[in-house]
Amino acid sequence: MAVEKPSRRKFITGGAVAGLAAGVVRSASGQTAAPAPAKKGIKELIAYGERSPFVTSIREPAEGRPSPDAFGLTFHVVTPLGESTGSITPSSLHYVAAHRGFFVPDIDPKEHRLMIHGMVDRPLTFTMDEIKRFPSVTRVHFLECIGNRSRPTHKSVAQTHGMTSCSEWTGVLLSVLLKEAGVQSGASWIVSEGGEEVKGASSVPLGKAMDDCLVCYGQNGEPVRPQQGFPLRLVVPGFEGIYQTKYLRRIKVVDRYYMTYNDYGHLQQDPKVIALTTQIGPKSVITRPSAGQQLAGPGFYEISGLAWSGGGAVRRVEVSTDGGRSWKDAEFRTPAYRMAHTRFALPWTWDGKECELMSRCTDELSTVQPSRAQVAKYWNEPLTPNYGAKGADNTIQAWKIASDGSVHNGNV
Amino acid sequence: MGTSRLLLLVMILGASVSAQSPTYHLGRTPTAEEISAWDISISPTGKELPPGHGTAKEGAELFVNKGCVACHGRNGEGGKAPTLIVPKGASTRPGRMPGMDMGIQGPGLMAVSAPFATTMWDYINRGMPLGREGSLKPDEVYALTAFLLYKGDVIKSEDEVLDAGSLPKVQMPNRGGYTEHPEWKHGTPRLRDYP
Repeated sequence: MAVEKPSRRKFITGGAVAGLAAGVVRSASGQTAAPAPAKKGIKELIAYGERSPFVTSIREPAEGRPSPDAFGLTFHVVTPLGESTGSITPSSLHYVAAHRGFFVPDIDPKEHRLMIHGMVDRPLTFTMDEIKRFPSVTRVHFLECIGNRSRPTHKSVAQTHGMTSCSEWTGVLLSVLLKEAGVQSGASWIVSEGGEEVKGASSVPLGKAMDDCLVCYGQNGEPVRPQQGFPLRLVVPGFEGIYQTKYLRRIKVVDRYYMTYNDYGHLQQDPKVIALTTQIGPKSVITRPSAGQQLAGPGFYEISGLAWSGGGAVRRVEVSTDGGRSWKDAEFRTPAYRMAHTRFALPWTWDGKECELMSRCTDELSTVQPSRAQVAKYWNEPLTPNYGAKGADNTIQAWKIASDGSVHNGNV
Repeated sequence: MGTSRLLLLVMILGASVSAQSPTYHLGRTPTAEEISAWDISISPTGKELPPGHGTAKEGAELFVNKGCVACHGRNGEGGKAPTLIVPKGASTRPGRMPGMDMGIQGPGLMAVSAPFATTMWDYINRGMPLGREGSLKPDEVYALTAFLLYKGDVIKSEDEVLDAGSLPKVQMPNRGGYTEHPEWKHGTPRLRDYP
């Protein structure tokens, strides 16, 4: 398998070797160390489990702004996709992003309310208990920040693509709640608003709100986590992250785009760009091997990655091992749900020579993930190393494998 | 035939009525006071704006007294927090319209670049000051909005009174600097002919 560079992974690799041999930790330098003492007592660990101390994958700030920042705010934090398996992101590793950095609020669910008002026949306020009495829906959906785009300076798949994560979400269909309130004719948008310090709010098209939006209290089998919007989050499947209102406390049905808190920073001048901004296009990335990882030597590997689309289900994923000259169909390793990460894989034998790996996704609308060159050509712009697609960037990611097995960002 | 037609009509009417009527009868009706207390997203029409008023002259004092200067700089030039006021003639990042530049890190001017002054009011009201959000009174928000508009050369007098009537009428420099969202439809690609 692809393993990371010794400098980052030596502890884990050494541990795995030692674990096979004698059950003790052995560092790369050959010294024998005692097992790390447990931080918590056995009662706490029985009550709430922890991952192995040998598993160290963590979120890190997205390039460009530290988290916490100078104010102690959490800004954009990326999921360690390079170590991901399957299609579900652990809630503790789900990416975090905010229009403005934020302090995670402690909201008492007993005090939390969701109000629906505006252009409705019957304004309504629900407690959390009442929301949980509605027929529930559980669906797997990815979320992705529109800032999730590969840059030549990025040295890992976490940095190039880590602002997308995928969860099993449980809640009630927003359409059910809106019908309960009775949407009036002439309505065309909703404003969804949170209960945190800034009351973050977004305008969402009413057509989408009545289609498949979920008012979620569950994520991956437990209550939605505070960094993800506890106790209630709006999930707008396939739309960019800013629409996924956390700490949801208010839905106002309105007759226009409201130009509210989260809206105006995402305005565009060009009608083509705004069309590419709301919904995520078909997209995929190889997570193993990916930049920063290290192939042990020639031989068998499984190329593995994630594919998703805001337009629906992933229909096909192709992988190239020769820089895009030829493509092979990858196999799906997880069900291809609509607007959900889908794990793909391709068996591969590395011959030890330099090569370039790529993946491309086709979704249920038959839209194919484009190359950066195709996008630059569409806009009639030069393809510079820093070229970025307008709107939500769903271009193909290349990973270059050097003859020593090291893996590098090929989008340079 | 007549009976079955009548039955069909009843079924259709029944379906349309049920779409408009509550099915689960959960929740309660909020009071008018509860609604207005939470109704803080200000549309470009300004219809959610509360009573109150303020001038740039008042806002200049508040900018100091409310602690804005600690993060945004004594003259709004920016510091730990974004730039709010730039010297005349300065521009935003190359190739970006002022209103399209959120200005979180760069020299872009987040406040005055909004296409509607109501958005500025909304942002200050819900988002400022950091850590004490929601503590400003409507008069103070009107005054601080007026101060930034005056410093941004959008309104010409520091004595001009902004209130629920006048604020939505302020012509922002970037008023036309954005395009509307296309209508979203289920099962539609983002943009036809895009590769």
